[in-house]
Amino acid sequence: MSATILFWAVTTAQIALGIAMVLALVRMINGPRAQDRVLGLDTLYNNSMLLMLVFGIRTGNSLYFEISLIIGALGFVATVALAKFLMRGEVIE
Amino acid sequence: MNHATDLPIWATLLITLFLLIGAGLTLIGSLGLYRLRSFYDRIHAPTLGTSWGTAGIALASVIYFSVVESQLVLHQLLIGIFVMATTPITLILLGRAALYRDRTENNHDVPPLHPPENLPQPSEPEQDPVVTHKNAGEE
Repeated sequence: MSATILFWAVTTAQIALGIAMVLALVRMINGPRAQDRVLGLDTLYNNSMLLMLVFGIRTGNSLYFEISLIIGALGFVATVALAKFLMRGEVIE
Repeated sequence: MNHATDLPIWATLLITLFLLIGAGLTLIGSLGLYRLRSFYDRIHAPTLGTSWGTAGIALASVIYFSVVESQLVLHQLLIGIFVMATTPITLILLGRAALYRDRTENNHDVPPLHPPENLPQPSEPEQDPVVTHKNAGEE
């Protein structure tokens, strides 16, 4: 009973996060300007991080938590560097 | 899902609730990123996923691992705190970069850096007559 409920909840969450990743990818590909693409990349990073957490619930393996933490940290650094590049034209002055 | 057969029903319902809240809010945020018209509208939408989307999925993960391992496991909350602390920084930097780019291209959809000269100025606040009278009396 509880395994069935949890299985369908995890499957629904994975499908929703997959659709969200596709929407962010579409915005990243045909965003009209560069800042739209950076925003789409940031959303894509965040959605993939959440998808890894849901994979961790599905398999019961805590290894996915560390993947998720690394994705979150790299997404933060990447978005800050890209925003700095859009502002100044170079990342490290 | 081999660990999930011995979960109690309250834990299952809590995990389901938080998972669906988190994934649904993330989907709504990404749909807003896809559908909204201008960049300054779009930059608000994915914060649904980074605030309660992340918090819901992290709480579901905390409940699941705490029940399965029979002890309190809190390290998934680290992701939630990290994302909530870093998202405002990235979005402020990105919004300021977009505003700078729009201003240097003379785009008239964004407010200018210096307001134009012919705007009506806000009126000066009236002075308190008691203070004026006391200053006159001291002289």
